[in-house]
Amino acid sequence: MSTPEQKYAPGTHPDLPPPFASTGPIKWIRENLFSSPANVTMTFLAIYALYLILPGAFSWAFSDATFVAEDRNECRALNSGACWAFIAQRWQLFTFGFYPPDERWRVVLAFVLLILVVIALLWENCPARKPLLILACVFPFLATWLLLGGFGLEKVSTDQFGGFMLTIVIGVTGIALSLPIGILLALGRQSNLPIIKYACVAFIEFIRGVPLITLLFVASTMLSYFLPPGTNFNLLLRVLIMVTLFASAYMAEVIRGGLQAIPKGQTEAADAMGLKYWQSMRLIVLPQALKISIPGIVNTFIGLYKDTTLVIVIGLLDPLGIGQASLADTKWQGLSSEVYLFVAIFFFISCFAMARYSLYLERKLDTGYKR
Amino acid sequence: MNEEATQERVTHTLGDIAIKIREMHKWYGQFHVLKDINLDVQNGERIVVCGPSGSGKSTMIRCINRLEEHQRGDIIVDGVELTNDLKNIEAVRREVGMVFQHFNLFPHLTVMENCTLAPIWVRKMPKAEAEETAMKYLERVKIPEQAHKYPGQLSGGQQQRVAIARSLCMNPKIMLFDEPTSALDPEMIKEVLDVMIELAREGMTMICVTHEMGFAKTVANRVIFMDEGQIIEQNEPEEFFNNPQNERTQLFLSQILQH
Repeated sequence: MSTPEQKYAPGTHPDLPPPFASTGPIKWIRENLFSSPANVTMTFLAIYALYLILPGAFSWAFSDATFVAEDRNECRALNSGACWAFIAQRWQLFTFGFYPPDERWRVVLAFVLLILVVIALLWENCPARKPLLILACVFPFLATWLLLGGFGLEKVSTDQFGGFMLTIVIGVTGIALSLPIGILLALGRQSNLPIIKYACVAFIEFIRGVPLITLLFVASTMLSYFLPPGTNFNLLLRVLIMVTLFASAYMAEVIRGGLQAIPKGQTEAADAMGLKYWQSMRLIVLPQALKISIPGIVNTFIGLYKDTTLVIVIGLLDPLGIGQASLADTKWQGLSSEVYLFVAIFFFISCFAMARYSLYLERKLDTGYKR
Repeated sequence: MNEEATQERVTHTLGDIAIKIREMHKWYGQFHVLKDINLDVQNGERIVVCGPSGSGKSTMIRCINRLEEHQRGDIIVDGVELTNDLKNIEAVRREVGMVFQHFNLFPHLTVMENCTLAPIWVRKMPKAEAEETAMKYLERVKIPEQAHKYPGQLSGGQQQRVAIARSLCMNPKIMLFDEPTSALDPEMIKEVLDVMIELAREGMTMICVTHEMGFAKTVANRVIFMDEGQIIEQNEPEEFFNNPQNERTQLFLSQILQH
């Protein structure tokens, strides 16, 4: 029996490109849309469903929609679709709440600064990153000053906060504070010192075991009984504290999961080299644990962000609250689809951005040690 | 010529006690892992520790840099007694390097960052100097070209050599090796052992837990056999392998040298 002659001598075979159909879009379509009879059926059913839904949705939202009108009846008379005129007339209320109109530039300025700071923090190759990072350090104070006034600016009471602005204030504060507090709680829960350990466990379990609404009620009503009479503790501040603590407890458990996934050998190697506890946590353990925890952390962030809508129960008017209040207006009754869709889109954009960034971060931090 | 110089240094420093262990005991809960360990290691000495699994060899060397805490007896490393005093523990760890069975490289840092981390943070060395030192040791373990890769991109043998270089960057007086070749493919064992042999030639004080008997014969001044938490026998390698005194040593050697 003879073996067929080899085209190349052993060891000289060149690397050839893969066959055409095993890469690129054709491969993707074949594997993802038409890989089996069931899959083919599903693909066509999905296309059919989109065909049924999309044209109707499009004409309701765009071609049959009314963008300028004085009230609901005018809307209905003009066109059969969505009545965006309502949103168009109220968007300032949705955005700024009852913030004094002449001072709204301060909110806009704070928001622009926030965007710059977030870009600088999240994007490593951002131009002028250094000065922006310095800005990030003073931003909390700057933003507080801009929003609340004083020192040369007209004072604005937090009762006048509302709408998306309120969502962003609570959401961003909660996100920025719950991560570091969560890390400390997670580390505390692993501490060898019983006092620290059990204090952290008790805190986490208590906060996790109680609905956020009850915490908000406690913040709005009961704290004034506990605190010495005469102390006037700002309602928004109380809400910020409660929302942050609530998210921190969840954050701590997410991060604890990440910490437990780090092999013991990592801390042993750090110890053996003479690193101190905080050094080994900061340089070795936390970078890895946080990386693993990114999906859970972002999940908690998104949860917190959406939970800000609960502040409505204690009388703060977030976008949903503004929407409900607006719907009570007799001129615009019955337009709840438009209002809720509008608010939903706002939340979706923010949350989807967080989700995408977390995916990007996971890919960027992957140094190939999963193999 | 270089070799002569280092040989001279070895004979010069030999005689000072690097590690002194006296009547040391350790328990895991109820389990008595280490029983009455007494051991003196001189500067420049190369000691190989062998014994069946579960005999306490790893635990013993992990006590030397306090990765494990002993409950009775004394351990004095480079003149510093290991107690609960964190200062002492840190002082000992600065001078004692350790290489682990599973390398324990930091996967989120490059090879270079792995090597410069401790010099920068523990020795407070300037970054440029730390990188220069790291490069020197990476060249010595023959992988300078991998400096900017991540550990996950290297083979097991390369990772272990990085781990050795990482320990050497701290310029330790004593090196502990905890089964450094047990997790490696056969063809990679040699490259790691070569690095260790070179290190031994340069006069490093070394304690190696290993089953590489060839290595023991080449570099060790002393081979220690442990079983059930006790040091059963210790001797020069030639005597140890050719003329083991204790029954259990004989049994162990006959089992591992069969092939």
